Amino acid sequence: MSYSEKVIDHYSNPKNVGTLDKSKTNVGTGLVGAPECGDVMRLQIEVDESTGLIKDAKFKTFGCGSAIASSSLATEWLKGKSVDDAVKIDNMDIVEELSLPPVKIHCSVLAEDAIKAAVNDYRKKNGLPELKFEASLVH
Amino acid sequence: MLKLPIYLDHNATTPCDPRVVEAMVPYFTNAFGNAASRNHPFGWQAEEAVDYAREQVAKLVGADPKEIIFTSGATEADNLALKGVFEMYRNKGNHIITCSIEHKAVLDPCKHLEKEGAEVTYLKVTPEGLINLEELEAAFKPTTILVAIMYANNEIGTIMPIKEISTIARKKGVLVFSDATQAVGKVPVDVNKDGIDLMAFTAHKMYGPKGVGALYVRRKNPRVKVTAQIDGGGHERGMRSGTLNVPGIVGFGKACELCMQEMEQDAKRLGALRDKLETALLKLEEAYVNGSTQHRLPHVSNVSFKYVEGEGLMMGFNKDIAVSSGSACTSASLEPSYVLKALGLGDDLAHSSIRFGLGRYTTEEQIDYTINQVTNTVNRLRDMSPLWEMHKEGVDVSKVEFTHH
Repeated sequence: MSYSEKVIDHYSNPKNVGTLDKSKTNVGTGLVGAPECGDVMRLQIEVDESTGLIKDAKFKTFGCGSAIASSSLATEWLKGKSVDDAVKIDNMDIVEELSLPPVKIHCSVLAEDAIKAAVNDYRKKNGLPELKFEASLVH
Repeated sequence: MLKLPIYLDHNATTPCDPRVVEAMVPYFTNAFGNAASRNHPFGWQAEEAVDYAREQVAKLVGADPKEIIFTSGATEADNLALKGVFEMYRNKGNHIITCSIEHKAVLDPCKHLEKEGAEVTYLKVTPEGLINLEELEAAFKPTTILVAIMYANNEIGTIMPIKEISTIARKKGVLVFSDATQAVGKVPVDVNKDGIDLMAFTAHKMYGPKGVGALYVRRKNPRVKVTAQIDGGGHERGMRSGTLNVPGIVGFGKACELCMQEMEQDAKRLGALRDKLETALLKLEEAYVNGSTQHRLPHVSNVSFKYVEGEGLMMGFNKDIAVSSGSACTSASLEPSYVLKALGLGDDLAHSSIRFGLGRYTTEEQIDYTINQVTNTVNRLRDMSPLWEMHKEGVDVSKVEFTHH
């Protein structure tokens, strides 16, 4: 299988690899996937409390090139978004942007799940009710 | 100057040796006859070439030329052996003993035969990738007609104790079939010393052409028969009909002759290069060799790099280095390698495996380059692996609760 140029670019020069301080109340952490399934994503957001906008996003991913690219792209898209808008990122947007083939759609689903998990972690820390999401179709 | 890309996937296939191609060429054009044409020089010439190749092939495995049945490859030979023995000896019994890490070309025909009424025992393997001889002995039944155990495994390169297996089977009066696709031409294989009654192998794994293989079928002590699976003219002593692939067979013969001459020195040279590669890669933390390092083909190394995923790892260098992985992502099934899982590896380690297969044209320069590239990519990917970070913080990753998706 050959990869799209954008996947290769994110894989070779991933954006926002790293770790945020998960003990901070303005940092939300989402850890999704499992080693047995071949991919684990950890996505973190740091929210500017005065504006409610995401001022930083970081990821670390164990997985194939498409999983790494999906999480790298997600962190790029998250920066500058409000927390409410963040959960509107749809996995199919990632699929389209990276031209992922059908067998790699689950990588984009995982990235979407990671965003939602990070947002909910942030909400929980700040006394907000967790958002309920419909189960993703592709798992 | 190092030429890229580097091919280190010789368990998948090998390039044709130029000397093999040279031997084949005349049989496409001038000497194009049908080996079954008995009445003119074109046919005689083709038949003569096939006879010569049959001798070359037989010699490499210690067989009589009459015991070699040419096929389209090892998959066909595996099918002919399993289905052919089952049909021929069905009145004696329906039980076949095989093992869980056989190639799909053996496992799938076994599944097919189960639907036809066969009973198949799949022996487990040790963490080293070898079958347990006591378990084998205990698996025999009065209805057992065949033991089918591979000579060497395609993913991890481990060599089964074939001689011991056949000794046990002989005592029970049961035929032994071995898929020796990965072993023939790489290590000494002798059907008599090894006590093998049927054996499948193929040209393209030993620097010959694709599309030609052989089934060895023992002619005496005991005389073995298989029911043909392809009918249409009674070629190959009635066991495999169809016009012979004369250029392919000539190439196969030449490839066998070259292996006969060069196997020993190739094995020595590649064993040293493989060990250099493996030793260097094992300097990385949390890197493990899969399968026995003692009973193993000299040119194969299968290594798991914990906390990095195999396909992601390959992507770091697959423009320059061709290897393969047991990771799910490389297969259509999304399941990691059944061979590695059978060794008792967790799915996480199976996902993290890379198979290196060295070959006749592998150079030390290529190995040095590979060591460098793989090491750098493993380190780079670990820096972005959440599992590696957890491991480094002292978290037992196996105890972390993940959301299964």
